[in-house]
Amino acid sequence: MALDSKVPQGPLKDKWTTYKNQINLVNPANKRHIDVIVVGTGLAGGSASATLAELGYNVKAFAYQDSPRRAHSIAAQGGINAAKNYQGDGDSTYRLFYDTVKGGDYRSREANVYRLAEVSANIIDQCVAQGVPFARDYGGLLDNRSFGGVLVSRTFYAKGQTGQQLLLGAYSAMNRQIARGKIEMFNRHEMLDVVIVDGKARGIIARNLVTGEIERHSAHAVVIASGGYGNVYFLSTNAMGSNVTASWKVHKKGAYFANPCYTQIHPTCIPRSGDYQSKLTLMSESLRNDGRIWVPKHLKDVEAIRAGKLRPTEIKEEDRDYYLERRYPAFGNLVPRDVASRAAKERCDAGYGVNATGEAVYLDFASSFMRYGKEQAKIQGISNPSEAKIKELGQEIVRAKYGNLFQMYEKIVDENPYETPMMIYPAVHYTMGGIWVDYNLMTTIPGCYAIGEANFSDHGANRLGASALMQGLADGYFVLPYTIGDYLADDIRTGKIPTDTPEFDAAEKEVTERIEFFINNKGKHSVDYYHKKLGKIMWDKCGMSRNEEGLKSAIEEISELRKDFWQNVNVPGSATEYNEQLAKAGRVADFLELGELFAKDALVREESAGGHFREEHQTEEGEAKRMKEFQFVSAWEYKGEPKDAVLHKEELAYENIEVKERSYK
Amino acid sequence: MNLTLKIWRQKDANDKGKMVDYKVTDISEHMSFLEMMDVLNEQLVNAGEQPVAFDHDCREGICGMCSMYINGEAHGPDRGVTTCQLHMRMFKDGDTITIEPWRATAFPVIKDLVVDRSAFDRIQHAGGYISVNTSGNTQDANSIPIPKKDADTAMDAATCIGCGACVATCKNSSAMLFVGAKVSQYALLPQGQVEAADRVRNMVAQMDLEGFGNCTNTGACEVECPKGISLDNIARMNRELMKASI
Ligand SMILES: Cc1cc2nc3c(=O)[nH]c(=O)nc-3n(C[C@H](O)[C@H](O)[C@H](O)COP(=O)(O)OP(=O)(O)OC[C@H]3O[C@@H](n4cnc5c(N)ncnc54)[C@H](O)[C@@H]3O)c2cc1C
Ligand code: SF4
Ligand code: FES
Repeated sequence: MALDSKVPQGPLKDKWTTYKNQINLVNPANKRHIDVIVVGTGLAGGSASATLAELGYNVKAFAYQDSPRRAHSIAAQGGINAAKNYQGDGDSTYRLFYDTVKGGDYRSREANVYRLAEVSANIIDQCVAQGVPFARDYGGLLDNRSFGGVLVSRTFYAKGQTGQQLLLGAYSAMNRQIARGKIEMFNRHEMLDVVIVDGKARGIIARNLVTGEIERHSAHAVVIASGGYGNVYFLSTNAMGSNVTASWKVHKKGAYFANPCYTQIHPTCIPRSGDYQSKLTLMSESLRNDGRIWVPKHLKDVEAIRAGKLRPTEIKEEDRDYYLERRYPAFGNLVPRDVASRAAKERCDAGYGVNATGEAVYLDFASSFMRYGKEQAKIQGISNPSEAKIKELGQEIVRAKYGNLFQMYEKIVDENPYETPMMIYPAVHYTMGGIWVDYNLMTTIPGCYAIGEANFSDHGANRLGASALMQGLADGYFVLPYTIGDYLADDIRTGKIPTDTPEFDAAEKEVTERIEFFINNKGKHSVDYYHKKLGKIMWDKCGMSRNEEGLKSAIEEISELRKDFWQNVNVPGSATEYNEQLAKAGRVADFLELGELFAKDALVREESAGGHFREEHQTEEGEAKRMKEFQFVSAWEYKGEPKDAVLHKEELAYENIEVKERSYK
Repeated sequence: MNLTLKIWRQKDANDKGKMVDYKVTDISEHMSFLEMMDVLNEQLVNAGEQPVAFDHDCREGICGMCSMYINGEAHGPDRGVTTCQLHMRMFKDGDTITIEPWRATAFPVIKDLVVDRSAFDRIQHAGGYISVNTSGNTQDANSIPIPKKDADTAMDAATCIGCGACVATCKNSSAMLFVGAKVSQYALLPQGQVEAADRVRNMVAQMDLEGFGNCTNTGACEVECPKGISLDNIARMNRELMKASI
């Protein structure tokens, strides 16, 4: 099947408006006869469910957690972008569009990104109307901060809990519709397959995680909003339950999977401390607004620090290497994530890592304390303040901005970051690849949509900070509600989709057999045993930097590991009860397939772009080297084993932006 | 360190349940409490036994999913943290640790340490929202300035993670801190004022219907709340309720 992105004709800035004026609408009276399934209630799924219900559709929403409010989006810290230009610093729709396309290394679809920038301002209005308590300045207006990779201040935030507040906003909008009976919420339910009838997505098979019951649910369309697949690495900043299952199941039923090898590595996470670790904790990137990143200039200082003989605060200014400021004077500590991550790895690989494992750099707030403190002393009219007073005043300002992050750091590391600089290291954060969708956000299966982190479309090879929340809400509140109507307009006379059909029988049988296999296998290794092994292969060979040899061996190793898994995995308990190991087994089985496709995709992409650094393809200065030939989306078609997957290319055209070497110097 | 764990095991909602002893060894003080539980579970799975079921997801103290009652305290001995942020450095080698699920009539046990907190959701369905269309046709966000102090206080209330520690720790199993936090967030913002009276009335009525007890001002909830939600919110809720009934 040829890929058709269905991007509307006409000038970029009019595309979305013209499109909205031309598509089919469903009469409100008819919407009552149409059911939509939404898998996932994070920012994307929650906002979509609420809006579709508001429009009049009957929505069935699913989440594996016990409440929509706990979806992984809750953890997002830093903020959400919107081209409001409230700060008058030159922001505009075009600039947000430009920054996002450039930040994604010119590997995303122009029309989608422009639309995203266009609706971004609306998101803020919507959320404020819902009662999201964004940060305000003293005049009572919305406050902004700056994020990596841009020169304007367009990030809206609610302390370090922006995702939480935005999600609670979407959740409250859902609650209103649940109370009206327009959303039926299925908590603690996991989607295990999609059901295709006459070539269209018409339902799902879900497992009630409490009772183990397998259920059939039908609808006129299915929306996948199940988030990203960063947990393929085992260790990541994702929630423990984040998984690829829903996406992978629709992939196996015909949806192409795009750019699986594009992962984002986040520069400011708390370093790993031991082998028992279950996840990595992010420190919001907004910290880079006020923190300066450095390592010691001299190896002898590094050794002294590791031996506990020297404290970082004792190292003199001239003996510190503020390597980001040194290498990238224009952006300094605010370079994009991939650049910051790779630079940290480069320093640590060269031996300058400051913790026991040699995998940490400093994030230092000392100069911010002084800068803010001096300003405060002026504002408060304190003449001749002592150094200690200045520091105290400055710390207050920093506490107000990032207090909860500092507290979180202290709880985990057991060190007070107001007194000693934080230690940070890059970690797998989130994925840019996902289910391939066209301009309508529809996958290659008619009637099956993918939104939020589960799709691939808006971020190319790299997501900038604060852009994922924006995309999730844009898709859910403002894009999908229009585009899905165009499709559903043909369904007003279809009537309820029955679930007692051969298609539902077959899908349920497949799901049941797999579960029975796990329960009866009685192997010798736990599910986590396999997940950790997979994670190690992924990090070592498909991580921040990759090369041909490593990727080839990763493909082999993952395929071997998968074979072993299907022979030797051990899942205790039964299928008819609350059984976390069973749920996890299914998820890891899917990660084991995705992991191999991931490596295969990375092998094909012989260039460096975004978080994806192919060692063979770098400039003399060690920067990522992109190639014109790879200006495409790789969309994989399922053909059985991952090794047999077929590559389709969506060529990317840049008509409104000149493709330039990305430089932050 | 080596520890003895006394853990509540209960097969399902109908099972009576009992405490069972387990031993774990080689626990690092840098581990989180849940990582220690992972070690135990890996041990149980490898021995062909059923691992202990417990709720968790973000492991960053923000999703509100983890919910253990440790040595008689909701989320354990540390202050201002959830169980996933509790670190083993709070314990000593050789300690015996008692681990139980949240206990409240309105939170029935599903299995082992997992309880059903959907009562919280139903309280929110009763009014925990502002009735604004999700149509995108809203006015510009800066058209209603909100004093920074109000926005900050609303934010403080809004940080409640819905974990239920306040209920679990209250001798009356009262949900007032949770409901008070939600009511406060909206009460402090100009949006949604038109339905303020209905909101508080409906939420409180649903709270009573769910079987949560009453508040007798003991204040245990505030002490155990991982997000430092203050008792002021209960007072504000009561004021709102009073306003609503005159
Ligand atoms: C620590 C952290 C901090 C972040 N900070 C920021 C930030 O500051 N700014 C920013 O823009 N982005 C940030 N991100 C990224 C952003 O949070 C995510 O990309 C975004 O929240 C994804 O939203 P989503 O709605 O697509 O998916 P999610 O929020 O992951 O929701 C997935 C939903 O799908 C459900 N689900 C999954 N699988 C199934 C299944 N098989 N069956 C049923 N239900 C299923 C889950 O229950 C859940 O409801 C951060 C991410 C992390 C990890
Ligand atoms: S008020 Fe505190 S203890 Fe109660 S649910 Fe909210 S965060 Fe948890
Ligand atoms: S696991 Fe999310 S708060 Fe503890």
